[in-house]
Amino acid sequence: MEKILIPLLDDDIAPRFDLVQEVAIVMVNGDREVIERKILVLAEASAENLCQLILNEKVDTVICCGIEEEYYQYLIWKKVKVLDFLTGSFEAALAHLGKNPEPGLEIFLDA
Amino acid sequence: MVNLPPFLDELPIGILVTGLDRRAVLVNRYLRALTGFGQPAGGIPCKYILRGSRCVDGCTAQSQSGEEGACSCEANIISRDRKKIAIRSTISPIFDSSGNKIGYLEAIEDIRLMERQDLPVGKFFFGDIIGDSVAMQQIYRVLATIAQTDSSVLITGQTGTGKDYIAEAVHNASQRAKGPFIKVNCGALPENLMESELFGHLKGAFTGAVENKPGRFRLAHTGTLYLTEIGDLPVNLQVKLLSFLDDRIIYPLGGSRGQHVDVRLIAATHRDLEEMVRKGQFREDLLFRLNVVRMHLPPLMERGNDLYMLLDYFLSTFNKRFKKKVRQLDEKSLRALLAYPFPGNVRELRNIVEYAVNFCEGDTILLEHLPRYISSYRAPKKETEREKSAKPVVETPEPPISPDASWADTEKHMIMNAMMRSRGNRTKAAQYLGMGRSTLWRKMKAHNMM
Repeated sequence: MEKILIPLLDDDIAPRFDLVQEVAIVMVNGDREVIERKILVLAEASAENLCQLILNEKVDTVICCGIEEEYYQYLIWKKVKVLDFLTGSFEAALAHLGKNPEPGLEIFLDA
Repeated sequence: MVNLPPFLDELPIGILVTGLDRRAVLVNRYLRALTGFGQPAGGIPCKYILRGSRCVDGCTAQSQSGEEGACSCEANIISRDRKKIAIRSTISPIFDSSGNKIGYLEAIEDIRLMERQDLPVGKFFFGDIIGDSVAMQQIYRVLATIAQTDSSVLITGQTGTGKDYIAEAVHNASQRAKGPFIKVNCGALPENLMESELFGHLKGAFTGAVENKPGRFRLAHTGTLYLTEIGDLPVNLQVKLLSFLDDRIIYPLGGSRGQHVDVRLIAATHRDLEEMVRKGQFREDLLFRLNVVRMHLPPLMERGNDLYMLLDYFLSTFNKRFKKKVRQLDEKSLRALLAYPFPGNVRELRNIVEYAVNFCEGDTILLEHLPRYISSYRAPKKETEREKSAKPVVETPEPPISPDASWADTEKHMIMNAMMRSRGNRTKAAQYLGMGRSTLWRKMKAHNMM
């Protein structure tokens, strides 16, 4: 079981981690199939509060686009896997989960 | 008919052309350098190229009803190296000959330097570098001079001493400050990708090269290219880098025509490059070329009272971030910090303060708020003179070993080196080699050395 958080802007991965007001939290099983998903609306856009939410929710992996270095390092330090610079629709991101993605690649998922 | 893309690539300002759906049609070289966007841009929504604050708070283009001219606003973007960059965006609709709106033209200006009219320089700081120790004062003096030259710079120092900050400070204080500052970590990319990443490639150069790609050298044109962990650069690329330093021309993969690029090179490493040269892992001629100006950053332990200044700075930084009111460290925790050697230097101190502020409930950091490895650290016991004299002196000299040398040849080299160092004194040579005098005698006999 793995818990994944994806910041959203409409139906897409949000371009900015620090300005997001809506996140999807997805549970995937060992076969990387989505077994549960929920959408949370945040009270305000704040990178600090989002980091806190990620830790409180015990999220294993964050899939996002643009994230500042300090928040990236903070999450890595807290043992959260961060796949940044992934871009495209939320559905494409869910499909991408099946490929067990690795950090460090800039991928446009809808290409 | 004007061929626009090559012209737009030479402009010292970011240019983005999109269709009505805000998907990219063209991204010029400056904007690629500023954003670090590395993919073929065609068809990608511009919000993913810029990652701008306006992309979330209300896209300027989409707020235009259609008939207005250009409009300008200030915003910020997140670059590929995860930095927030202040920009001014000026956007205008594009119309066809019939007056129909067909897309948008956006010009993006990096205004970080305008916001910071002058690089903050004072007795205790230079840009983002803090400290008032003698060692740092010397560095500030040298920095100001180096910034005004255009020579290559080699920055050395242990991990966490602030090499990246120094490189950026040199760029920001130089005449190239308005140009791009492109950072490449030579240790972070696989060897097969590194050449294309640095020098670019032409369409069809290899499987998957579906379009021409400018390398980091091209992206840094008129600015600074910062190669961090230069010691990890593969030898074949060291040759290409040397060639660039000779004539300022790069050859993209799959191309035979060179391209002139105007780039200042700053390199950094925590490794001992002279030692790597001796071992044949780094080219001596490249070291000479990079070593035009050299700056060595002292480890935190050699920066005296800078530790207190950095502690204050990090305390206030993390207080703001975590909305805490931690004012000080108690005597025990301060003593524990002062006794710790900080192998990770300033970066490690920063992480320790972040940890402590996180765990501190009141206004004073206590010993239990520090990571356990700090509070339980015990300095290694210093050897007494008696213990020192009881130990054999074992300083194995480094023989010039070729990878295919046999052990017998290597051993013979080691014995010869030891004999040279001890000026023929066999007792001392045996001590150098960590063996008894009779063993050395037997080995010398076996190697026909007597």
